[in-house]
Amino acid sequence: MPTKIEKDTLSGRDTTGHEWDGVKELNTPLPTWWVYTFYATIVFAAVYCFLYPSWPWLNGHLEGSLGYSSRVELTQALEAQAKSRAVYVDRIRTTPLAQIAKEPELLNFAMAGGRSAFQTNCMQCHGAGGAGSPGFPNLVDDDWIWGGSLDQIYTTIRHGIRNADDKSRQSMMPRFGADGMLTGAQVAAVTDYVLSLSGKAKATPEGAKIYQEQCVACHGAEGKGNQELGAPNLADGLWLYGGDRDSVYRSIFYARNGSMPAWSGRLDEATMKMLAIYVHALGGGR
Amino acid sequence: MDNRVHDDEAVSLRKQKEALPLYVTRIKVYPRAVAGQWRRIKWAVLVLLLGIYYLVPWIRWDRGPDAPSQAILIDLDGRRGWFFDTVIWPQEVYFVTGLLILAAFGLFLATSLFGRVWCGFTCPQTVWTDLFMWVERLIEGDRNERMRMDRQPMSVAKAARKTLKHAAWLVIAAATGGAWVFYYVDAPTTLMKIFRGEASAEVYAFVGLFTATTYVLAGWAREQVCTYMCPWPRFQAAMLDEQSLIVTYQKWRGEKRGKHKAGDGWEGRGDCVDCNLCVAVCPTGIDIRDGQQIECIGCSLCVDACTQTMDKVGRPRGLIRWDTLANQQAMEESKGSAEARWRPVRPRTVLYAALLLVVAAVFLTAFALRTNAELTVQRDRSPNFVRLSNGEIRNAYTVKILNKQRQETRYRLALSGLPQATLGIVAAGNEGGATDLVVHPDTVGTFRVFVTVPAAAAPAGAKSITLDIRDAGGQARASHDAVFVGPARRGETP
Repeated sequence: MPTKIEKDTLSGRDTTGHEWDGVKELNTPLPTWWVYTFYATIVFAAVYCFLYPSWPWLNGHLEGSLGYSSRVELTQALEAQAKSRAVYVDRIRTTPLAQIAKEPELLNFAMAGGRSAFQTNCMQCHGAGGAGSPGFPNLVDDDWIWGGSLDQIYTTIRHGIRNADDKSRQSMMPRFGADGMLTGAQVAAVTDYVLSLSGKAKATPEGAKIYQEQCVACHGAEGKGNQELGAPNLADGLWLYGGDRDSVYRSIFYARNGSMPAWSGRLDEATMKMLAIYVHALGGGR
Repeated sequence: MDNRVHDDEAVSLRKQKEALPLYVTRIKVYPRAVAGQWRRIKWAVLVLLLGIYYLVPWIRWDRGPDAPSQAILIDLDGRRGWFFDTVIWPQEVYFVTGLLILAAFGLFLATSLFGRVWCGFTCPQTVWTDLFMWVERLIEGDRNERMRMDRQPMSVAKAARKTLKHAAWLVIAAATGGAWVFYYVDAPTTLMKIFRGEASAEVYAFVGLFTATTYVLAGWAREQVCTYMCPWPRFQAAMLDEQSLIVTYQKWRGEKRGKHKAGDGWEGRGDCVDCNLCVAVCPTGIDIRDGQQIECIGCSLCVDACTQTMDKVGRPRGLIRWDTLANQQAMEESKGSAEARWRPVRPRTVLYAALLLVVAAVFLTAFALRTNAELTVQRDRSPNFVRLSNGEIRNAYTVKILNKQRQETRYRLALSGLPQATLGIVAAGNEGGATDLVVHPDTVGTFRVFVTVPAAAAPAGAKSITLDIRDAGGQARASHDAVFVGPARRGETP
């Protein structure tokens, strides 16, 4: 207990009465407004504890009379956001793709929405910028397997490729080597022929002959491919599974037949449309 | 507090509590009215500043049908600052920073020259407190009358006067809070809405907030704001030196002070007649004769008070006056024979003035070079480049154009630094090879731009290019540096 209150001779103030080995402390009072501000914070804290979730409990926590929770707030925020977007989303849903691309407002919205949906659903395979990776097509170049028009892109997204969807894009390249249709030497010859289409190897007459027999039906006489059948262009020097001799050999020997899921069950109509617009604008759109 | 405990004897808790005042209560200051040169200056400054504050939102400015017609408006919803013919965008907020830096250096310079001239004359706390004190004096009378009334028990007359005073204060406070809001929303329409009860909750909240702060700070807190709350008195000592002009009591001349009867001589004593008028008029309740104090805001009212007294007793004016500490010391040492000098040009003031000029020059240059179009270009990094089926190499860019003009503008995009390059633009309805970018008025237009070069012309690695835009009339132009990346080796994939 403070007992010895003295008047300090230098400052003229009282001491608090505490003393530690001869060291004394001046009593310097706080300003009143400060004290009341402090009381006000205590009152605020008490009111806050009453209104908002505050104290932990054995099986939960004190919920507060306002019933606030950040999860409820999130749900409300998401609902509010969906509502604020509804006008545009409805217009996207009802407007034909070609028309969306002509209206600046809708195009802007679709680009932003498409970008966001792409980053969530597509970038895992096609890359953040759409550049793809071996086995997963590059979407920014102009080389399309199943077509690069808005409608073709939309169809590919909606139904996917080589999956269980009724309308999925279907085609099958034979496993020429693995199924014994061609010998290893024959596959090698046709590999050279295919590479020669982009000037990367010298073709042999045998390779040309096999190509004419086995490959022309889908890939065309000049190797330009056929988007109806999802047969890639072999003459443009762009390769989905690698353009070195070994990779092309393997593609012919084993065939590749990559697949893509159908998104119609997972994404809503407007999102798929926005994705089509976005992918189309990435650079390769036709 | 006479019952303090000075020994070891047991004392009751209650007595101890009395003995240990943990909190000081404010001693109310009753400043007395004073007339004089400085008071007149203070009134003039008050009228000018309050006039600016209350009236500026009402200045109208015709900007056409789609823009606000308020000369100065900070439109937070629209994210624009309107200052007469200038429109500030959010990304130009550095102009506000520039203004604040200018204000800070201006304050430093003024302080090193004239001490706390800001505090005493122009600080909002001082201006509104002065106004509130004027109202108080009008209703409750001058110092002595107010003190007498506060000592009296409550009566109908006293209650009526107090009520009237607080009502008047609240009206002024509400007008102040209202005027604040008008800088952010259209003044005339909002004023009508406030009275009709149609204004938004934010408007009422902010009017309420600034009404409350004005009422509390100017009516109740007053000098406590300067003494306890404001950080400025505490670090302005760094700007003051012995050559700064401050309000001083000329101790060498005033001491030894004492009462003086008419007819007595002035030999062997100082000029201070101890009339205490300087203390009575002080808005912070201090005695200037104690020397420099943190509470002194340099308002100069004690100068006016002392001038009155000196005139009355027939002694020269200037016993309390603006002076430097260096002069004070010289006078003290020479018993008044030193010559008063003031050196406004000192390394400190030169430095502040130079900084002020540099910042002002930078600010004005930036403002003068401000364009009504801005261009930003961001290159796609994933992938770095794309090889097309005919062998061409292409880079993609996201181009943003800020159209600060108030009409839809068509910009022509051009590229330099890359021979044989062609531009392609993804824009609404753009199916051909047009290189025009159309941006709506007062908005940012975002476009995807492709730059394509034949394989043979593609640079190995990165190459600097420049994109620029200009509108048809040449009113707006902007350019932005960018990079075009080609394959480092032939056949390389991105």
